[in-house]
Amino acid sequence: MRENIHRFFRAARGAGVHVSPAESIDAMRAVAQVGVSDRTILRDALLLTLAKSQDEKLALGDCFDLFFSQPEPRQEQSEANSNDVSEDADQSPSSGEASDASGGSPPAELGPLAQMLLSQDRNAISAAIASASGAASLSDIRYSTQRGIFSSRILDAMGLQRLRDDLDELTATNPALAERLRAALDALREAVRDTVAQGLALYAREEAENLRNEILRNAPLARIERRHVAEMRALIRQIARRLRERYSKPRKRQRRGHLDVRRTLRRNAAWGGIPFLTAWKRKHRDRPKIVALCDVSGSVAQVSDFFLLLIHSLHEVVDDVHSFAFSSHLIEVSDILESKPPEEAMAEIMSKVGFGSSDYGSSLADFEKEFMSALTPQTTVIVLGDARSNNLDPRADILRRISERSKRLVWLNPEGRLAWGFGDSEMPRYATFCSVVRQCSTAQQLERAVSDIVATYQ
Amino acid sequence: MAEQKPSTAIEAVESGLAAQGYIASRQIATAVYLSQQIEKPILVEGPAGVGKTELAKAIAAWRGLKMIRLQCYEGLDEAKALYEWKYAKQLLYTQILKDKLGEVLGGAQTLHAALNQLHDFGDVFFSKEFVEPRPLLQALEQPGGCVLLIDEIDKSDAEFESLLLEILSDFQVTIPELGTVSAITPPTVILTSNSERDLGDALKRRCLHLHIGFPEQRLEERIVESRVPNISQTLRRQMVGFIHEIRSLDLKKLPSVSETIDWARVLVLLQASELDTEIVKDTLNVLLKYEADIEAAQPQITTFIAKAARSNVFG
Repeated sequence: MRENIHRFFRAARGAGVHVSPAESIDAMRAVAQVGVSDRTILRDALLLTLAKSQDEKLALGDCFDLFFSQPEPRQEQSEANSNDVSEDADQSPSSGEASDASGGSPPAELGPLAQMLLSQDRNAISAAIASASGAASLSDIRYSTQRGIFSSRILDAMGLQRLRDDLDELTATNPALAERLRAALDALREAVRDTVAQGLALYAREEAENLRNEILRNAPLARIERRHVAEMRALIRQIARRLRERYSKPRKRQRRGHLDVRRTLRRNAAWGGIPFLTAWKRKHRDRPKIVALCDVSGSVAQVSDFFLLLIHSLHEVVDDVHSFAFSSHLIEVSDILESKPPEEAMAEIMSKVGFGSSDYGSSLADFEKEFMSALTPQTTVIVLGDARSNNLDPRADILRRISERSKRLVWLNPEGRLAWGFGDSEMPRYATFCSVVRQCSTAQQLERAVSDIVATYQ
Repeated sequence: MAEQKPSTAIEAVESGLAAQGYIASRQIATAVYLSQQIEKPILVEGPAGVGKTELAKAIAAWRGLKMIRLQCYEGLDEAKALYEWKYAKQLLYTQILKDKLGEVLGGAQTLHAALNQLHDFGDVFFSKEFVEPRPLLQALEQPGGCVLLIDEIDKSDAEFESLLLEILSDFQVTIPELGTVSAITPPTVILTSNSERDLGDALKRRCLHLHIGFPEQRLEERIVESRVPNISQTLRRQMVGFIHEIRSLDLKKLPSVSETIDWARVLVLLQASELDTEIVKDTLNVLLKYEADIEAAQPQITTFIAKAARSNVFG
């Protein structure tokens, strides 16, 4: 049973539940307390000790049900194993007598696997599959492409080679029996395939998900396929959660050990300056104020979409966000983003300002005319766009004034560095007035960029 | 106790808690049993009002232990949770003892000798008398053990969590001036959280993680039965069925067990014999705490009552 529980830990990790060695020790202690006879209690105990959140509990519960839905001939398995061993050991014809009882009367000179198949002993077969999958370390399976190799490994471990020889021999001597054996072999292959598929579901889920997320994180946002958009949104939400956790600490924090002398004296004036009550220094931290200007013209729209989603899911971290979208002119979009679900909000924004050819100059002029007062010395201004202004006046002078009024001006450009300054790109002229200019075309780069911006306030 | 079969022991926990008026599900009972057996704290998560705090109270009452409660909030620090030096007392004593100190040190010839004499007194002013024990330290000092409830841990700062780690894993605290204080009897520790923020992994690792959600209909009926015994069976079934329907709506704040109990009390006070649209409309503000929620639920009332009545017939 101990072995089984350990395999369950491995399956739990596959299901995305983080099981550290210390936790597995605790779980073992709990299992030792409650025993394994009552499965619901066992399930509760494992869920209590291993899962650390509601999501994990659900995942682990499913994993538990899947894991213990396997045929579980524990007793038989150990017997079958010992049988296997003895049969393997002597390989002599005399070992046939064990399976004689089941009526097939297979010829004694066949290998153990053939005998097992012919005698149609289901328990023994599934036990043999279980032990062979142990030998083939099925719990190391990670990708669906590995199904074939694991199936053949398991079959090899069960003695497929010997079975093939037997088959060849039988075809010559006893065709009818050979036919039966061939059918049984097909059934066996199927059973093994099922076992491997189950193993894959148990042990490989996390890996497959990680791989997909990894690919998604590094995929260029602008060219993402439609069917991945929903997954990408989920990923962005994940990133937002991570950033929130990292940066949403309290703004005031006592610095114990740093006496605030002035406040202490003032407070204790009544006692002639004897410091009965102490006052300690506090550190103040501002939460970021962000003004985001997002280009939503064709090429950049998708990136802006994800960027706005990310910025607006950072409520706990960011004090206030003002978002503006522009292509040929500029409007404020904060309210739309706050009040509607992301898909609808983006559609509405696009219908209002999208699909135009971008004109940075007039958009910046719009901003200066109406919204310049939104900038304070604590504000970080983020411009997201490719700076391709269709050869219209870039009005870099406005950007200079924006930069002077704000704490920082960050430009995120979805294009690669190589393309900056070529064609109608005004990036080099704008870059003069930016505190930071960085490429931002994948989810990962987006995360880093936002993380750095928030970190400057810590 | 150790000889007992686990399933019977868990049932004993269940009935023990039931005797205190706390109807526990199997999972809760298992968690309580396990936390006793392997001496681990329980971290209880779940929506507000499902009886997280009640659980601690029930355990304390059932086992006849004192309950020490530490309510967490933003800015809670070790001085308020663990111990504090009685600073004013220290200061007062030095003032009072000033003359005495002068006498004692008067005989010394040199400054060095005076200092040595002073050393002989030891750290008088940093001894146990001047420590003000706060809940955590109090809990460790209870000779017979106790139930320590650390309520709404998610409201405290992340730094405070780290402070708890030593207590949770080893049942001891280290006071720099006094040394390590170990628990006389390890207390039963219950932490509750409303998942306002994610707790650190280090803290979670040290606890059994118990999630209490909204109870199933049968369980909730039993809870109402134990808390509001003078409510009729029909009404109880109807109202619990109604609440389960309400919970299927998309509301800001779903009614939880505490609201169910309040509502049951209200219905008994109003001497309702069964649910009808009028009485539900009048008392809906007991269940729902937001105007928007009440408006969302209003049009559904009649359907829900009908549904609750129907499930009643088959249930």
